[in-house]
Amino acid sequence: MDYFAQQLINGLVLGSIYGLIAIGYTMVYGIVGMINFAHGDIFMIGGFIALITFLILVSIGLTAVPLILLVVLLVAMAITSLYGWTIERIAYRPLRHSFRLAPMLSAIGMSFVLTNFSQVAQGARVKPVPPIITGGYTLHEGVDGFSIRVSNIQIIVVITTVVLLALFTYLVARTRLGRDMRACEQDQKMASLLGVDVDRTISFTFVIGAALAAVAGMMYLLYYGLVDFFMGFVAGIKAFTAAVLGGIGSLPGAMLGGLLIGLIETLWSAYFSTEYKDVAAFSILIVVLIFMPTGLLGRPEVEKV
Amino acid sequence: MATASTSSKITRGLDVAFIFKKAVISALVALVLFSLMIGVRTEAGSDGQLTYWTRFGDLAAMVATVFGGSILIELLRAWWGPVETVRVMPPSATRALSFAGRALVPVLLIFAFLVPVIFYNERYILDLGILVLTYVMLGWGLNIVVGLAGLLDLGYVAFYAVGAYSYALLATTFGWSFWMCLPLAGILAAFFGILLGFPVLRLRGDYLAIVTLAFGEIIRLVLLNWQSLTGGPNGISGIPRPTMFGIPLTPGDDGLAAMLGIEFSPTHRIVFLFYLILVLALITNWATIRLRRLPIGRAWEALREDEVACRALGINTTTTKLTAFAIGAMFGGFAGAFFATRQGFISPESFTFHESALVLAIVVLGGMGSQLGVALAALALIGGFELFRGLEHFRMLVFGMAMVLLMIWRPRGLIGHRAPTVYLERNQAISSDLVKEGSG
Repeated sequence: MDYFAQQLINGLVLGSIYGLIAIGYTMVYGIVGMINFAHGDIFMIGGFIALITFLILVSIGLTAVPLILLVVLLVAMAITSLYGWTIERIAYRPLRHSFRLAPMLSAIGMSFVLTNFSQVAQGARVKPVPPIITGGYTLHEGVDGFSIRVSNIQIIVVITTVVLLALFTYLVARTRLGRDMRACEQDQKMASLLGVDVDRTISFTFVIGAALAAVAGMMYLLYYGLVDFFMGFVAGIKAFTAAVLGGIGSLPGAMLGGLLIGLIETLWSAYFSTEYKDVAAFSILIVVLIFMPTGLLGRPEVEKV
Repeated sequence: MATASTSSKITRGLDVAFIFKKAVISALVALVLFSLMIGVRTEAGSDGQLTYWTRFGDLAAMVATVFGGSILIELLRAWWGPVETVRVMPPSATRALSFAGRALVPVLLIFAFLVPVIFYNERYILDLGILVLTYVMLGWGLNIVVGLAGLLDLGYVAFYAVGAYSYALLATTFGWSFWMCLPLAGILAAFFGILLGFPVLRLRGDYLAIVTLAFGEIIRLVLLNWQSLTGGPNGISGIPRPTMFGIPLTPGDDGLAAMLGIEFSPTHRIVFLFYLILVLALITNWATIRLRRLPIGRAWEALREDEVACRALGINTTTTKLTAFAIGAMFGGFAGAFFATRQGFISPESFTFHESALVLAIVVLGGMGSQLGVALAALALIGGFELFRGLEHFRMLVFGMAMVLLMIWRPRGLIGHRAPTVYLERNQAISSDLVKEGSG
């Protein structure tokens, strides 16, 4: 039982990271109707930028951990969201009214560009970082010597996710920008007739998605203590799986899907085999799509003839 | 500044201030984007400690490149005029072009057959030719699924892998010959195509794409982890080379060279492989062209255009989709078996998502459904890819950029119009802007 509870905690943390990435997929899909294949690589870039900022801050003699974390978070979010903006501007905007395969291939191309850009710029080797945040709490001392532990970093990941999610929900539900986003999601032409700047709104969507992916990248860096240029691909597919599982286009769905995928992956590795954990995640994607094509919280698609 | 002011004299009506402003903004964006990724290089030291050093020279060079590139693009744009401009060509040029278009297919075909004769001593060109033809065949195979039936498949490499592993396992375990295994590899791949097809029958568009992508990854992960059968990451080596219908291409007494009484040369095998893949690819092409005229081919194209209308007309969409998946997969399986026998060694590394994306890029760039376009796109992409062989990692970077730029330049592919399969009175090519494929 203790073992299960421990895995549950680990899965929750991993799921939070997936959920943060999944939000970017689901928002872009909701508004533009395309799979942003480069989003996983944006996550990877976010991890790299967090790593580099962290290194620089440490080398100039900053020691206060909360301050370092805050600066790293802000820098990573700022630069990564500029990546998101640039990619939309270069690769997707010219193809917005083109036929639907074109932006998808453009996105795949962009994903190759980002992966190989960071390989060329930062080298192919895995970049480890020493643990920045240590310590934790023992929740429950087991009789057989196995105790449930929550590390501080796990707490930080979950709290950051919750705070960001709250901010983000507020943004979408209460602000002018959020209203524009929802309007564009329903009908771009009508929204533009009513004075919504569609281009700007779509740009903002990409920027917000990239900023959340950057947070996920930083959390990944803190949690696992390493980044490499190829980590965006698998994380990207899993996050997309999460978005589909929760119902694409639905924001709470993306978070729920992320948590479920994180839990499934962790429990599968804990009880069955680590080699096939990705197979499990992908199989679930297939099963969900067969029996529930709209996902858990998605709206059914109405087919008009 | 100098570039901008001199160019303004050449082209009239150029807004220098606008171009300059745009270039400055681009350069600033580039400065922020690359500040950390290029300006600082990190590396793990020998003791696992991360170190970093700065590369401000490279950063400045990149920013300058972006600045210059931005000006250049704006100048090109001004020179080209608005995108919608209709360019009127003189009738003689149009006639010459249409003649060249008609002559292209026979010329290419004859050239393909003559390549081993012309380049007999150029091993590199022959190898490259085999590679290009393999991708032409894969492109034609995927074209059935994506171009004709309009089912977006991002996991085509799975069938390629199934074909390759089927041949490798059958040949190394039972010692069966290539010619016995080739149909079996195709059948097995087709079986996997149906296996994938069944669950995804109800899905469309992007959902279909992501499920096929997941399927491709599952196949690769299983190949990677099922150590006892597939050898895991070490792959399968010592796969038998193909024989010319039972006659081995070896220097031995029973080899082809000894039988014909000519001196043995390793090039014989390369030439044989070249013709083998050429024939396989042409069979794929021939089968596709014939299938398009059968009811099933018509049903595929109808399905691509409108699934609801298809059902209303009484077309069985289940069988239509399954046959498209199965036949497309079968040709992928053939290509896989060929790949295995050519390499003599296969491992899961050869069957990554990158391959699927490459083949899909070939199909889409070729113009979705156009057989000639696919062949030209394969030649351009694989050949272009080879040009950058010396650049190592930059190669993929350039490939990705090329994919983005080509999509922006020609979203409809190189050959963006197509001849209808059925027509009244006269056959007239229609622009593929009027065709709705890829939505199903």
